[in-house]
Amino acid sequence: MRARRRRLLFVVLAILGVGIAAALALDAMRSNISYFFSPSQVAAGEAPADALFRLGGLVVPGSLVRQADGLTRVFAVTDNAATRKVSYTGILPDLFGEGQGVVAKGRLGADGVFYAEEVLAKHDESYLPPEVAASLQPTGVEGDAAGTATGR
Amino acid sequence: MKLFRFFSPATFYPLAGKLIPWFAVLAAVSILGGLYWGFFETPDRLGGANPQKEYYRIIFIHVPAAWMSMWLYLVVAGYSAIGLVFNTRLSFMLARATAPTGAIFTFLALWTGAFWGHPSWGTWWDWDPRLTSELILFFLYLGYLALHSAIDDPHRADQASALLAIVGLVMVPVIFWSINCPDPNQCAALHQRSSLANMEPNILGSMLVMTFGLWVYSFTTVLMRVRNLILIREVDTNWVKAAIAREQGE
Repeated sequence: MRARRRRLLFVVLAILGVGIAAALALDAMRSNISYFFSPSQVAAGEAPADALFRLGGLVVPGSLVRQADGLTRVFAVTDNAATRKVSYTGILPDLFGEGQGVVAKGRLGADGVFYAEEVLAKHDESYLPPEVAASLQPTGVEGDAAGTATGR
Repeated sequence: MKLFRFFSPATFYPLAGKLIPWFAVLAAVSILGGLYWGFFETPDRLGGANPQKEYYRIIFIHVPAAWMSMWLYLVVAGYSAIGLVFNTRLSFMLARATAPTGAIFTFLALWTGAFWGHPSWGTWWDWDPRLTSELILFFLYLGYLALHSAIDDPHRADQASALLAIVGLVMVPVIFWSINCPDPNQCAALHQRSSLANMEPNILGSMLVMTFGLWVYSFTTVLMRVRNLILIREVDTNWVKAAIAREQGE
């Protein structure tokens, strides 16, 4: 019985230690791992100057402009506090649209424009048909309209 | 204790044999029903800030598989802890039998996620916190299985891999909170947050039926695997010899 209690204590301590490790890891993740920088953080100079980083935010409605070469597009990304111009040459993902979330990977140019090498589209966790989603948020962009407006 | 009787391999072997057909039928019915519901009785496109088209239906396999990958890891670690404390042979065997199914579901979640990510995000893979932590969970399952088969003595293999399973528990809350931390600004990720609040009832219903189906499927495969493990490990005991003689006599 005493051996069993000692093993129980060992396992409880092990799980406790693992729990503390998990809590510390989560805390570190919260403050140290930044998967992307927001436009405000970039404006504050927190993003690396000469290295690749990710910029995340919402595409400002009406900001998307196709350049003369037909492939490059310029749009603005905002976190509702600061806004950053993004230039991207290539094919945008299906879900890319004005007012939608994006994560762009690239470098900050000397002219203050973020030159993206890759643009990923974000979507949210609501799984509603277009009619229901539209009735919930009357200003929301309807799926198909947003998809075709970007001109894939 | 009466409860301990069921944890003896000799009692559990025939009990598992009787349960397997029931779980198998239940799994087949709920998986087929859930897939039919999900593929044919749900809206064919989504709206709002999530305008996915038909490919959103990967959710019916992806989310249940991802849930099972985390849940089965808790099961493996739980059986391992019970085995370490009480030295019960069967709990180690159940842990070892659960791990392959968990690894398969982790792989399925990553694989279907890649197929989903390509049309929706625009990439197969990105080093996003949720994706990376799920990949580490997959490696943990593989590490558990590899460590177990690397040690010849079953008892020592059980104990060493049980300890690894408990240490690996650290990943489960990390996976969960990688996208669900209280302040959304603090957990920037590509993967959307998980919430069942804004789902069309048919999408939610078929997803939950699929989850039930995969869960019962796990019971089926784990019980089948644990029966094999019991036979291999107890091959020298009288009850196994008697059972083999009975099978051969029929």
